[in-house]
Amino acid sequence: MLKTRIIPCLDVAEGRTVKGVNFVDLIDAGDPVEQARAYDAAGADELCFLDIKATHENRGTMYDLATRTAEQCFMPLTIGGGVRSPDDVRDLLLAGADKVSFNSAAVADPDVIARAADRFGSQCIVVAIDAKTVAPGKWEIFTHGGRKATGIDAVEFAKTVTAKGAGEILLTSMDRDGTRAGFNLSLTRAISDAVHVPVIASGGVGTLDHLVEGVTEGGASAVLAASIFHFGDYTIREAKEHMQAAGIPMRLS
Amino acid sequence: MLTVIIDYDSGNLHSAEKAFQRMAAETNAGEVIVTTKPEDVARADRIVLPGDGAFPACRQQLSDHRGIYEALEEAVIRQARPFMGICVGMQMLATVSHEYQDTAGFDWIGGHVRKITPADPSLKVPHMGWNDLVIDQPHPVLEGVKTGDHAYFVHSYHFVVDDGAHRLAHCDYAGDITAIIGRDNLIGMQFHPEKSQAAGLQMIANFLGWKP
Repeated sequence: MLKTRIIPCLDVAEGRTVKGVNFVDLIDAGDPVEQARAYDAAGADELCFLDIKATHENRGTMYDLATRTAEQCFMPLTIGGGVRSPDDVRDLLLAGADKVSFNSAAVADPDVIARAADRFGSQCIVVAIDAKTVAPGKWEIFTHGGRKATGIDAVEFAKTVTAKGAGEILLTSMDRDGTRAGFNLSLTRAISDAVHVPVIASGGVGTLDHLVEGVTEGGASAVLAASIFHFGDYTIREAKEHMQAAGIPMRLS
Repeated sequence: MLTVIIDYDSGNLHSAEKAFQRMAAETNAGEVIVTTKPEDVARADRIVLPGDGAFPACRQQLSDHRGIYEALEEAVIRQARPFMGICVGMQMLATVSHEYQDTAGFDWIGGHVRKITPADPSLKVPHMGWNDLVIDQPHPVLEGVKTGDHAYFVHSYHFVVDDGAHRLAHCDYAGDITAIIGRDNLIGMQFHPEKSQAAGLQMIANFLGWKP
């Protein structure tokens, strides 16, 4: 049986891990490669690096991080941030990423997903959707770290990019990110029901029950969290045992 | 002893290279290199064919690397050197793949690569994540790996063998998914051993010491 995944996410800027509250007020939370090794040893199911400044700055440091992480961690690694083209995907895959996440570039031109998926396969193409609630039951895509509204409906966009070949959706609720108030479950459910590919719920985890809800109520295939793990509130093991006790199949061995 | 990992512009080679190099160092299994050259395949003691992506594109890229397929056939089929295919590199062993279009594989292990269609329609495709293996047949490369151990899968198509004797392990996804195939000096893994933590590294170490 396929297990639900727990994915610690490292937000990286200039080679260091940071975690913003609503994407501002960044706090330096350590060295990404060290953290990746710790999460590997702790039984995390995947790792995710998001280069949160890559849209503005050069991201050669990310290739280096991917390479150094892949030398030491024999587990799946997704990298996102500043990915614009199929050649960017190739560079990141060669550096050591297993999956590459598009964000702003897919909003600007959804066909880039088709070109990347045709070349490398859907299995390694993730689309990161950052959505904000604009009306009850309506969510809009925001890009550039949540600063830029697009007028694009999040559910429609999720359908579009999966039809183009995206193999997974990394869904972040911008209303919840950094709040520790729990996932936006109605958004997660709406996207999860709209697409046939796995959805990773992200944004707002504060308790282990939030992780459970993301799966049972949101319909997510995986849950992504940062702060609750980075700052030691809970271990990966505690999170997995809690989810397993709630009836969700987890990889504990 | 030389193990070659074939680079034909398909996907993530770095992690495979590092995982094989680490286990080769731990088991004294010699050198591991990534190569695009037929002459390296010709002198290799063991051969690994990785692969990420769509079957037709991977097959085309292999053909575009002139002489690679011929070198593979010589080393693996005629000289019977140990061979491991990973993910699409495993699917390449099939008779034909039905991904997007019908594309001929190597036909080294009879079978078809078909879209995953879970009996439970709520299950997502790709089949992505950790699934527990069910060992169908013992094999030297699976030494120390048992039913219930997890491996990391990422794929939308899977290998349906013509002859059940060639399926060494499977997993369940509202229906059987072939996890490991093999015969003689050939073994293929649908999951990524280089991404499957301890169990995956164990299989890599076993392969590096395998004498079929």
